[in-house]
Amino acid sequence: MLAQFLQFLFSGITVGATYALAALGFTLIYNASNVINFAQGEFIMLGGMLAVVFTQSGLPLPAALALAIVIPAMVGVVIEKLAIEPVKGAETVTLIIITIGASLVIRGLTAVFLGKGTHGLPAFSGETPIEILGATLLPQSLWVLGVTALVVVALWYFFNRTLHGKAMLATSYNRLAAELVGINTSWVLFMSFAMSAALGALGGILLTPITMTSYDVGIMLGLKGFVAAVLGGLGNGLGAVVGGLLVGILEAMGAGYISSAYKDAIPFVLILFILFFMPRGLFGGKSTDRV
Amino acid sequence: MQKNVYKGLYLVIAILLVLPFVLPNSFYLDLAIRMAINAVIVLGLNLLIGFAGQISLGHAGFLGIGAYASAVLPTHFGWHPLLAMAAGAVATGILAALVARPIFKLKGNYLAMATLGLGIIISIALRNEAQWTGGPDGMPVPAMGLFGFELSNDKQWYWVVALLLSVSVWASLNLIDSPFGRALRALHGSEVASQVVGVDVVRYKVAIFVMSAVFASLMGSVTAHYVGFVSPNFADFFHSIELVTMVVIGGMASVYGSLVGAVLLTALPQALATFEGWETVVFGSILMLSMIFMPKGLVPTLAAKFGKEG
Repeated sequence: MLAQFLQFLFSGITVGATYALAALGFTLIYNASNVINFAQGEFIMLGGMLAVVFTQSGLPLPAALALAIVIPAMVGVVIEKLAIEPVKGAETVTLIIITIGASLVIRGLTAVFLGKGTHGLPAFSGETPIEILGATLLPQSLWVLGVTALVVVALWYFFNRTLHGKAMLATSYNRLAAELVGINTSWVLFMSFAMSAALGALGGILLTPITMTSYDVGIMLGLKGFVAAVLGGLGNGLGAVVGGLLVGILEAMGAGYISSAYKDAIPFVLILFILFFMPRGLFGGKSTDRV
Repeated sequence: MQKNVYKGLYLVIAILLVLPFVLPNSFYLDLAIRMAINAVIVLGLNLLIGFAGQISLGHAGFLGIGAYASAVLPTHFGWHPLLAMAAGAVATGILAALVARPIFKLKGNYLAMATLGLGIIISIALRNEAQWTGGPDGMPVPAMGLFGFELSNDKQWYWVVALLLSVSVWASLNLIDSPFGRALRALHGSEVASQVVGVDVVRYKVAIFVMSAVFASLMGSVTAHYVGFVSPNFADFFHSIELVTMVVIGGMASVYGSLVGAVLLTALPQALATFEGWETVVFGSILMLSMIFMPKGLVPTLAAKFGKEG
C-alpha cells in the first residue's frame, strides 16, 4: 500500500518538477509581457532533442547540455524580437496565434532536421534504482528534483536580491512606472524570453532520460505547464512551482489509482474545477480592473 | 448601411449559385463543400470571439460531440441520423450551458485555459472510449437520409451546405444588428460600461457561448455525415486552433471575414502539400506573419485600406 503510494508520489514529483520549470517559464514571460507563450512546450522538446543530438555527436556531456540550453534560449530571443515586440499590446487571441505559429515552426523545423524518431538519453549517474520503503527512485529523479530546487532558489535570489531581478519584477507590476524610473523594459522582455526558454529546455533535458523525447512531445508538456501556471495563479512564481508539483503528483495518482488511459485528462479536469471555485488559481491575488 | 450589408449576402449567394458550374472537377467540389462547412462553424465562433470578445480554444470538442453523436447513436443504437444530430446538439447545449456560468466569470487567459481544458477532456474521452468510438482509429458514419431519400453524391451535399451557409450569413448579419448583437458588442467594448446601461453581461456571454457551441455541434454532425468517417483528431486541440485562426485571419467581428478565413485556411493545406515535409513550418510562418502584419485580419484590414465598412 505505502510502497505503491510512494512509487506514484516519486514519479509524480519528478514529472511535476518539469511542469514547474515550464510553469515558471510561462510566468516569467507573462509577467514581462502579458503574453501566454504557447511555444513554451517546444523549448522543453528542443532541450531534450538537442541534448540527444549533441551527446550522440560525441561532445562531452556538460558541453552538450550547455549547448542544449543556450540554443533554445537564443530561439526564445529570436521569437521575442521578431514576433512579440512588433505587436506590443495586441489582443490576447492575436498573441496566442502568434506563439502557436512559433511553436509550429519550431516543431516543424525539428521534424525536418532531426527527424521524427523517438530518442532517449543515458541517465546522468547510472540506472541503479534507490530503494525507499519498498518503492524505487531513479537516480535521474534526484537530478530532476535537485536541479529544479537549485533553479528555484537561484530565481528567488535573482528576483529578490539583485538589481536586474528587481527591475524585472518592477516591470511586471507596472510597465510605465518602471520605464519612468529608468528601467529598460525591452531588455526585461528580452531577458524573460531567454530565461523562460532556458528553463523549459533544462526541464526537457533532465526529463529525457526518464521519459524519452521526440519532435512532438512539446504540445502536451507545454499545455500541462500552462495548467500548472494557471493553477498556481498566473504570474505568481511560488504558485508556478507548487502548481507544477501538484499537477505532476495528482496526474501520477490519478493514473495509478483511477485510470491510466485518462492520465492526460487529469490536469485539465483539475484546472476546470479549480477555476470554477477559485477563478484566479490557488495563489492569484485579487485584481481590480481599471475602468 | 443596411443595404450595403445585404449586398455582401447577395454576392455570397451568387458565388454559391455559379460555383458548381465552373469548378473543373469533383476534387474542387469537395474542397468547396468543406470550405462552406468550415465557414458556417467559423461564423458561429466569430460571434463569440470577434463580436463578444470571448476566447474559446476548445470549440473542436463541441464539433466532436456532434460528429460522434451522428456516428455512435445510429450505428450502435439504430437512431435516425436527424434524431442523433439533434441529440448531439442538445447534449452540447447542456454541457456548454453547465460549464459556461463558472467559465464566464473568468477573463482572457483564464478563459482560454478553461475552454482549452474542456476541449482536451472531450477529445481524450473520444479517444479512450474505444468500445463506442473506435478509439484512435475512428469509426464510419452512416449516410444521412430523410423519407427514403439519401444524401449520397457531392452535388446534393453541395446544395445542402450552400443553403446552410447562405442562411447562416443572413442570420449572423441580422443577429449583430439586433439588440442581442448590440449587447454583445457593448460588452466586448467595456463590460463595466455595458453593465451600467443594463446589459446582463454573464447572461449574454453564456447565451452566445451556448449558441456557438450548438452551431459547432450541428456542423460537426454535418461534416461527419458528409465525410462518412470520424476520428478523434476532429475534436483535438489543433483543430480548435485552426478554427480560431480562421476567425482571426479572416477578421474578428467581420461576417465576411469569417468566410474569407474559412476559405483560405481550408485551401491552405492543399496548397502546402507541395512543400513536402515543410508543411508545418510554412503553416506556422503564415500564422505568425499574418498576425504580425495584419493583426486585425484580412477583411477589416483591406476594408480600412479601401475606406469601406467591413
